[in-house]
Amino acid sequence: MLLSPNVVEIILLSLKVTTTAVLAGALAGIPLGALLGLYSFPGKRLIVALVFTCMGLPPVLIGVVIYLMLSRSGPLGSMELLFTPQAMILAQFLLVTPIIIGLTMTAVQAKDRSYRETAKSLGASRPQMIWTIIKEARRGIWSGIAAAYGRAIAEVGAVMLVGGNIEHHTRVMTTAIILETRMGHFTEGLQLGLVLLLVSFAFNSVLMLGMMEQLRAYRR
Amino acid sequence: MKVCQLRHFYLLLTLLCLLVAACGTATTASTGSPPPPADAPAREILLATTTSTQDSGLLDAILPVFEKESGIKVKVVAVGTGQAIKMGEDGDADVLLVHSRKDEDAFVAKGLGVNAYDVMYNQFYLVGPAADPAGVKTAKTAAEAFERIAKAKALFISRGDDSGTDKKEKSIWKEAQITPSGDWYLSSGQGMGATLQIADEKQAYTLTDEATFLSRKLGLVVLMQGEKSLLNPYGVIQVASTKKQEEVGQFIAFLTGPEGQRLIGEYGKDKYGKGLFVPNAKKR
Repeated sequence: MLLSPNVVEIILLSLKVTTTAVLAGALAGIPLGALLGLYSFPGKRLIVALVFTCMGLPPVLIGVVIYLMLSRSGPLGSMELLFTPQAMILAQFLLVTPIIIGLTMTAVQAKDRSYRETAKSLGASRPQMIWTIIKEARRGIWSGIAAAYGRAIAEVGAVMLVGGNIEHHTRVMTTAIILETRMGHFTEGLQLGLVLLLVSFAFNSVLMLGMMEQLRAYRR
Repeated sequence: MKVCQLRHFYLLLTLLCLLVAACGTATTASTGSPPPPADAPAREILLATTTSTQDSGLLDAILPVFEKESGIKVKVVAVGTGQAIKMGEDGDADVLLVHSRKDEDAFVAKGLGVNAYDVMYNQFYLVGPAADPAGVKTAKTAAEAFERIAKAKALFISRGDDSGTDKKEKSIWKEAQITPSGDWYLSSGQGMGATLQIADEKQAYTLTDEATFLSRKLGLVVLMQGEKSLLNPYGVIQVASTKKQEEVGQFIAFLTGPEGQRLIGEYGKDKYGKGLFVPNAKKR
């Protein structure tokens, strides 16, 4: 059971959905977070408050909203996206982006003043300066991405709703655990849970090691 | 840097240990004796039942009456029949209300359940899109209808969760001597309500219990009903190891007695024009 083809398929889908969602979330969230961290403008406090609220958004709520949007009777029904991996990616994207924005913002703010002045005094243009600060803040940003990844891959309510837990199609690790449990297969459920932990552990370790390596090289 | 990395590692290691430990206790619990008795504030029982009785609203209609009359609180865990029976085996529930006759009989035969009664039945519907692309409407038996669906490779959503409904569906496929597989046969692994919604969204066929189907507003239509193999009997069984024999006995007597049976028969008449369940209490 532990690594049967079925289980491997489920793991791969979990990784695919979450990785895509987090990549997209990072592409959108890091620039937005950096802008929020570096610049002040009218209404910024409201936006920051909203971002922090969304960091704690219940996934199931995201799931319901996406469900209604994508349902055949909903506004985007014609795209026929409900009960597909794409819908799950969308849900996780909405889940992780606020986390990445919020943590990027905090990380950038922590680096802001000193680096901004140094960069300016060295004659950096504005994009160059932003890029430098993002690079300097990458540890904080990384922990944001890791937190986002953990939250997304462990999430179950939204992917169950919008994915439908369809075998060979939208069944991921968390929804498979629920199914095994509901069928009274507690052992299989726990085994899948163990696999889920191992996968996140391996995935986090690889990324973590890569980042450490980079930091070390940078210091030298 | 190094320290941080190590800490991360230890944290995960601890989590893994916890999980493995949980694994261990779970297995011993299921093989060992029933769990120790709770320090009896007694007057409550745990009912493990199928999602269909809860999703249809039946329990909400009858349990309050029983609770008021007897002073016994009924805590409901609504799961698939598979899990409900497992809960009975592990001593996690006091009484079962389920619908999978074969498993129920096996449960009683193993000495795990006593005091088993027929309670009621409802029927299964074969539902699908009004256009009926596989032409199941004119089929004579459920097996023939399934055969046509397979032949047309029309989309079919299975629950695939080992529930009573799922077992019924599988038995019809078996009767038709077909092993369903392919792009047209999807397994949702979810309850009846969610599966119906998927079928509705995807314009697919599915097998559903009458109660859940009637309690939802959907675009699907009933394509077959009343056929013999589509009947769905529910049974109530006392878990042999329960510490609350008297309370469970009262509950079963209520369900199978005149008042419980009347309430079951009437449930749904006001809303759907017909009762969702047909009472047929009988000692097995």
